[in-house]
Amino acid sequence: MADDKTNAAEYWKANVRLITGCLIVWAFVSYGCAILFRPLLSGIPVGGTDLGFWFAQQGSILTFIGLIFFYAWKMNKLDQKFGLGE
Amino acid sequence: MSQFAINLLFVGGSFALYIGIAIWARAGSTKDFYVAGGGVHPVTNGMATAADWMSAASFISMAGLLASGGYANSTFLMGWTGGYVILAMLLAPYLRKFGKFTVPDFIGDRFYSKTARIVAVICLIVASVTYVIGQMTGAGVAFSRFLEVPSSLGIWIAAAIVFLYAVFGGMKGITYTQVAQYIVLIIAYTIPAVFIALQLTGNPIPMFGMFSTHSESGVPLLAKLNDVINALGFQDYTADVDNKLNMVLFTLSLMIGTAGLPHVIIRFFTVPKVADARWSAGWALVFIALLYLTAPAVGSMARLNLATTVFPEMAGQVEDYDAAAEEALVYEERPDWIRTWEETGLLTFEDLNDDGRIQMYNDANPEFESEAEERGWEGNELTVNNDILVLANPEIANLPGWVVGLIAAGGIAAALSTAAGLLLAISSAISHDLIKNTINPNITEKGEMLAARISMAGAILLATYLGLNPPGFAAQTVALAFGIAAASLFPALMMGIFSTRINSKGAIAGMLAGLIATLLYIFTYLGWFFVPGTNMLPNTPEHWIIGISPLSFGAVGAMINFAVAYAVSTATEEPPQEIQDLVHSVRYPKGAGAAVDH
Repeated sequence: MADDKTNAAEYWKANVRLITGCLIVWAFVSYGCAILFRPLLSGIPVGGTDLGFWFAQQGSILTFIGLIFFYAWKMNKLDQKFGLGE
Repeated sequence: MSQFAINLLFVGGSFALYIGIAIWARAGSTKDFYVAGGGVHPVTNGMATAADWMSAASFISMAGLLASGGYANSTFLMGWTGGYVILAMLLAPYLRKFGKFTVPDFIGDRFYSKTARIVAVICLIVASVTYVIGQMTGAGVAFSRFLEVPSSLGIWIAAAIVFLYAVFGGMKGITYTQVAQYIVLIIAYTIPAVFIALQLTGNPIPMFGMFSTHSESGVPLLAKLNDVINALGFQDYTADVDNKLNMVLFTLSLMIGTAGLPHVIIRFFTVPKVADARWSAGWALVFIALLYLTAPAVGSMARLNLATTVFPEMAGQVEDYDAAAEEALVYEERPDWIRTWEETGLLTFEDLNDDGRIQMYNDANPEFESEAEERGWEGNELTVNNDILVLANPEIANLPGWVVGLIAAGGIAAALSTAAGLLLAISSAISHDLIKNTINPNITEKGEMLAARISMAGAILLATYLGLNPPGFAAQTVALAFGIAAASLFPALMMGIFSTRINSKGAIAGMLAGLIATLLYIFTYLGWFFVPGTNMLPNTPEHWIIGISPLSFGAVGAMINFAVAYAVSTATEEPPQEIQDLVHSVRYPKGAGAAVDH
């Protein structure tokens, strides 16, 4: 029983770590690249405008999709590794 | 065949499909009614979620918002998609593991309190009812434009169709009609966009076309757009925003509001397994992105098309924009689509300087005044409602009649699918949370089923009434729906999963503090209960506290909710052991309970 508990606690810690990492990327592309750092990225041209604009209207959405699938894939592996899947 | 007959064929055909699904997918149990039996494939659910989420506003208004606001309105694109990332990681899988039927179910059980459940029910109903008004009026507009019936009759027809599959099929009927509606709406949105991208850039994929070269002038499309609208006194489409704090908070409010909206969350209760809830959120975002990545292309291209229709000389390579501005379109020679839309009143022309030509420019820009005076312009003469951009797109681009019919069916599909999802969230909160779990816990399965159907019928009638008599504040209520979801529901759900320490007192205090602070801030600038003239401060940037607009306050309300809930919980007793065990159990997928195979 004690083993189960530590196992479960480890699983939850790993999940929270993974979420934190994903949300850093999530915030970086949307609030960072697309909004706050846009002036810094203005030197990088993308099709008639700058990289920050591309992130605001395309790049952040594409990154969001990648993040969710990456998370789902990693969590499936965690579920198996800790034997907590269904 | 006349355009009217084509529209009738497309809309009628799509309705026949929805009714067919309604007959096929009848609900046999409360589980069918609330969560479609719990056996929906994750990709199917992703598609249904996309239709559930993309409303009349996404389909009709989004491209217009982007066209007029340019970069500044990217907040909607990021906000309404970024919410799915936090939904997938912070809420959906754990709420699926919890395995009950509604959002207040979780809040009521986790915070072991009837009060918490009822606060959640009230927040859910206010957020969903305000949201559903826009869907009903949106369906009414689409009907009146394409089928030449009065908007009120259109609303009744829409209500009758939703009644058929939502009352009999519940979530089961709604899920499969939403899948059909998604297919209709995405085809309708994409086809005109592809044609317009081809015409303007030679690239058939709108999201790439937007960043490639404008064929007629040989310069990048966005640079061309900036040049043209600059010559008319507007700021660049790609112009940066000064108030970054407000932009960040507005985006954040939309994101956590999206994640906290009950009609979206309950879609994830329909998949068989916890892992499916994660995958399904990814699929939902893929299907949503197909429209959201296209929307900025539609917006920017439609804006350029409109400007070069009015100023034909600006279309090609332009040496001198001043000279090109002289050759504005002669009103008598205007294209047919302008005539059609003039009849609706959504596009109006007034020849202020009596030169018989159409001048469209930014007459609110003081720096442009002298320029306009030199050209003999006496004010902007063409007023175009943002909402018609998508609806008029096929006509602007001279596409065949069947594309127009498709747009009609698509706009109605977008409105109906979101309305049905919202109505289910409302009716399940009433029949399950209020009747079954609060008033009469001994109700039988059969009795609850009947209660669910009656609540659904009642909710449809209420939505129809509000759609027919929209309150004057209808346009502002989106802020209310997202503000409430962001400031009350999202933090309570997240803390319920990620903290074992938050107790019922903390959660209730937090929800109320977040909700009240957000309402007070919104009412201060928009008027008490949106009654015009009762606002205490003018709704202008210089009066906003450190530049935060009332629309962006949901994120601040959420922070207040978190802080109050934490402080009150720390000062009071720990939650009982069985509640802490409940929190642990939702964190692990194991033992999520058998569900139907798929």
